[in-house]
Amino acid sequence: MANVFTSIGDWVTERVPNMMPAYRKHMTEYYAPKNFNLWYYFGSLAMLVLVNQIVTGIFLTMNYNPSAAGAFDSVQYIMRDVDWGWLIRYMHTTGASLFFVVVFLHMFRGIMYGSFKKPRELVWLLGMLIFLALMAEAFMGYVLPWGNMSFWGAKVIISLFGTIPYIGDSLVQWIMGDFLPGDATLNRFFALHVIALPLVLLLLVVLHLAALHEVGSNNPDGVEIKKGPKGNRWDALKPADGIPFHPYYTVKDLVGVGFFLLIAAFIIFFAPTLGGWFLEHDNAIRANNLLTPPQIKPVWYFTPFYAIVRMVPSFAGTAVWGVLAMFGSIAVLFALPWIDVGAVKSVRYRGTGYKVALTIFVIAFLSLALIGTDMTDVLFPMLFGSGIDLTTWTNTFGRIMTVTYFGFFVFLWLYTHLGWEKTKPVPDRVTTHD
Amino acid sequence: MANEVVDHGRRRFLTATTAVVGGIGIVSAAVPFIKSWEPSARAKAAGAPVTQSLKKIETGQQLIVAWRSLPIFIVNRTPAQLAVLPAQDPRLVDPHSLVDQQPKYAQNGTRSIKPEWLVMIGICTHLGCVPDFYGEIKPEPFDPKWQGGYYCPCHHSRYDIAGRVYQGVPAPKNMVIPPYHFVDDTTVQIGVNPQEAG
Amino acid sequence: MKSLLSSFALALVVLVGAMPAHAEGGDALMKSGATVRDQASLQRGARLFFNYCVGCHSLKYMRYSRMAEDLGLTEQEVMQNLNFTGAKFDDPVISHMPAASAGKWFGKAPPDLSLEVEARGADWVYTYLNSFYLDPHSPIGWNNTALPNAAMPFPLWALQGMQTAEMKPAKAGGSATVEKLVLSHPGKMTPAQYQQATRDLTSFLQYVSEPAALQRHHYGIWVLLFLALFTLLAAMLKKEYWKDVH
Repeated sequence: MANVFTSIGDWVTERVPNMMPAYRKHMTEYYAPKNFNLWYYFGSLAMLVLVNQIVTGIFLTMNYNPSAAGAFDSVQYIMRDVDWGWLIRYMHTTGASLFFVVVFLHMFRGIMYGSFKKPRELVWLLGMLIFLALMAEAFMGYVLPWGNMSFWGAKVIISLFGTIPYIGDSLVQWIMGDFLPGDATLNRFFALHVIALPLVLLLLVVLHLAALHEVGSNNPDGVEIKKGPKGNRWDALKPADGIPFHPYYTVKDLVGVGFFLLIAAFIIFFAPTLGGWFLEHDNAIRANNLLTPPQIKPVWYFTPFYAIVRMVPSFAGTAVWGVLAMFGSIAVLFALPWIDVGAVKSVRYRGTGYKVALTIFVIAFLSLALIGTDMTDVLFPMLFGSGIDLTTWTNTFGRIMTVTYFGFFVFLWLYTHLGWEKTKPVPDRVTTHD
Repeated sequence: MANEVVDHGRRRFLTATTAVVGGIGIVSAAVPFIKSWEPSARAKAAGAPVTQSLKKIETGQQLIVAWRSLPIFIVNRTPAQLAVLPAQDPRLVDPHSLVDQQPKYAQNGTRSIKPEWLVMIGICTHLGCVPDFYGEIKPEPFDPKWQGGYYCPCHHSRYDIAGRVYQGVPAPKNMVIPPYHFVDDTTVQIGVNPQEAG
Repeated sequence: MKSLLSSFALALVVLVGAMPAHAEGGDALMKSGATVRDQASLQRGARLFFNYCVGCHSLKYMRYSRMAEDLGLTEQEVMQNLNFTGAKFDDPVISHMPAASAGKWFGKAPPDLSLEVEARGADWVYTYLNSFYLDPHSPIGWNNTALPNAAMPFPLWALQGMQTAEMKPAKAGGSATVEKLVLSHPGKMTPAQYQQATRDLTSFLQYVSEPAALQRHHYGIWVLLFLALFTLLAAMLKKEYWKDVH
C-alpha cells in the first residue's frame, strides 16, 4: 500500500512540482509561534463554519424554491418532507450565527494583540473585506426564507440606500427590481447568496491565508518570532519560538473543533431558535407586505452597527447621516493599522490608557448591541423603574455609546501619534503560561 | 527537557483512534445528506396507490394514467390481439417472462391478472422513452408483419401487446408490470399487490 | 484571557435568558407547560384539535400520515377518529371551510395554525385559549384579553364554561381595561381539567409547528456523547504531541 501512495505521489509531483512544496509551506513547514492561546482557535473555526455553510447551503438549494410564491412553503417542505432536511437547515442557520460569533472574536483577537500592525496590514484589510462580504452574504441569506422578518428586514436595509440624496429612491428600486421586495429581489439575492458572494468569500479567504503565511502569525506577546533566534528541534534555520503548524496546531485546533461542535450540536439539536436569537419567531409568519412585525430589528449580529443608524438624528432634511455613521463604524476598522501606530503590538505590554480604552470600546460595542436588539427596553425599566421615559433614556445612552465607539479610534490616534503611550518592555522571546 | 523520549506507540495509537473516531463522525454526518436525496414525503404521497375506473376504456383502447409520475398503460385488449400473442414467442427475447420484470401473478402468457386487461409501466427498457401504442394488427412502416404492440420512437425498439420485447432491437427486457389488483370488476388499483389489498 | 472568554459566554447566557421570548400583547403570559415529549398529551391534544378546531383552521404543512407515525397512532385510528374531511392518509390537514365564506363570516379567514406556536410561542397560545370572555360590545359576543377584538368566537366554551371580565375603571383619557376574568358559568370541565386540556392542545400545536423536534431530541443526545468522546481523544492526542513543545 505504502508503495502505491508513494508512486501516486511521485506521479503527481512529476506533473505538478509545486504541489508538495505548497503543502509543506502551509502545513508542515509553516512555523507558527508556540504560545497561541484560546483566542487563536477562532480562525480555524471560521474555516470550519465556512465549509459547513457551503455544504449545507448546497443541499438546501436542492429543495429551496427562490420565488415569492414558493420560498416560504419550500422551507417548510425542507423542515418536514425532506429526509433530514431539518438537520441540514438548522446546521445552516446555526452556522450563520456562529460564523459571526467566531469572526467577532477573531477580529477582537486581532485588535487586542495588534495583529493588524506592520507587517500584517494586508492580512487585516483582506480580513475586513471578508467581514464585509460575510455581512452581505448573511443579509441576503436572511431574506431567502421569505418570512415576515425576511421581507421587512430586506425592505428596511435596502431603504438605507434610499437616504442618499438625489439618487436614493431610484437606487432602492434598482436594488429591489420592483417597488417592494418581491420575486425579482428574491431571485437576485438567491443568485448572489449561493454563487457570487461565496466565490468572493472563498477567494478572499485564500488571499487572507496566503498573506498571513507570507508574513507569519502574530502571537499573544506580539513578538516577531522571525526576528528572534533561529533553530528549533525540527529545523536549524527556522525561528526558535516556532513550531510546525502540522501536526502541533492541527491537533490543537482539533480540540477547539471538538468543543465548538459540542456547543453547535447542542444548539442545533436542543435549541435551534436559541430563544428567537438565531431564528426569529416573526419569521415563522409568511412575508406580508401589509403587516409589519411588532418589533422590527435586524438579526443579532447586525445590531451594534444598526443601532448607530437609530442614534443619529436627521438634519438638513435628510436621514443619510445615520447611515453614513453606520458605514463609518465599519469603515473605520479598515483604517485601524493607520490609526493605531503604537510600536507595541500586544495589549500585554501596552499602556494603561490603551487597556482602559479597549475595555470601554468593548462595553460600547456590547451596549450598542443591547440597544439594537431592544434589550434596553427590558433592562432599563428593570434597573431604573418602570416610570422612566424609555425613548429619552435609550437615545441618550445610545448616543453616548456611539460617540464612545468612534471616540476609541480618535483616542487611539492621538494616543499613538502624539506619543502619549507609556508601554512596558516587550520580552525578546515569546512567553508561555502553562 | 529531560524526557525527550517520545512514546511512538502511544502517539500512533492515539492518532489512529482519533482518526477512526473522526472518520466515523464524518461518515455519520454524511448519512443525513445522502438520505436527503431519498424521495421526500411529498414525493411518496404523490406515489401513493392510484385507483382507476375501467368503465370508459373500450376494447382495443389504451388509457395512460400517472402513478409515481410514471406513465401506466392500461389496455383493454381484443380477443384478436390476445390470439396472436402465442405466435410471437419465437421472435421474442424473453417470451415466457423469465426475467423479473413483473410480479409473480403476471408471469403468464398475457402478462396480466385478467387476460384482456394489460396494466404496464410504459417505459422502454432501453433508455427510458415512452413507447407509442400501435394496437392494430396491420402492416406498419417499421414492420410489414406487425401484430399489434408498442414501438419506441427514440431507438425503434418494438414490443408485442403484452409488452414483451422483440429480438434484434436495442431494448434488452420486457416492459415492467407494476403491482396492481382489481378492487372490483371495473376498478383497478395500481401500486398494491392483490394479497396486500385489504 | 480564559476568564474574559467565559465572561463573554456568561453574558451570552444572560442575554438569551432575558430575551422577551415572544413580546406579544404586552401582558404577562401564563406558563403553558407544553411539551412535545409526552405522547399521551399529544394524542389528547390532537383529539381536541380535530373535534373543535379543524372546522375552521387548517394545518396545511402537517400530513395525517406523519402525525400518525409521530403520535403512535395507526392509520385506521387517524382516518376514523381524526380525519373527518375525507382527505387521504398522506394528505395535509386542510379545513373544510372555504376561505371565501370564512372571510364573509368572520371578517377574515381563520389562519392556518401549522406554525402558530413557532410564531407566537406556546405560552401565548395557552394564554389565548384561557382568556376568552363574554363581551356584549363585541359583534361576535366574545372577546379575548390576549388578542383584544379577536374575530374568533370561543369554540371550547362548552368545556371551559363562560368567563366574564371585571373591568378596571378607566384612567383619564383612556378606556376601561380588564382587571381579571371570572368563570361565571361553569362548563363540562373543572378549571384544572380545562387547563390540562388546553395544555394538551398547545403541546399538540407545538408538535405541529416543528415535528422535527421529536427527531432532534432523539438523536441529539447521541451526537453530544459522540462529540464528547471525540473531543476527549483530540485533547489526549494534543497533549501527547505537545510533549515535544517546550
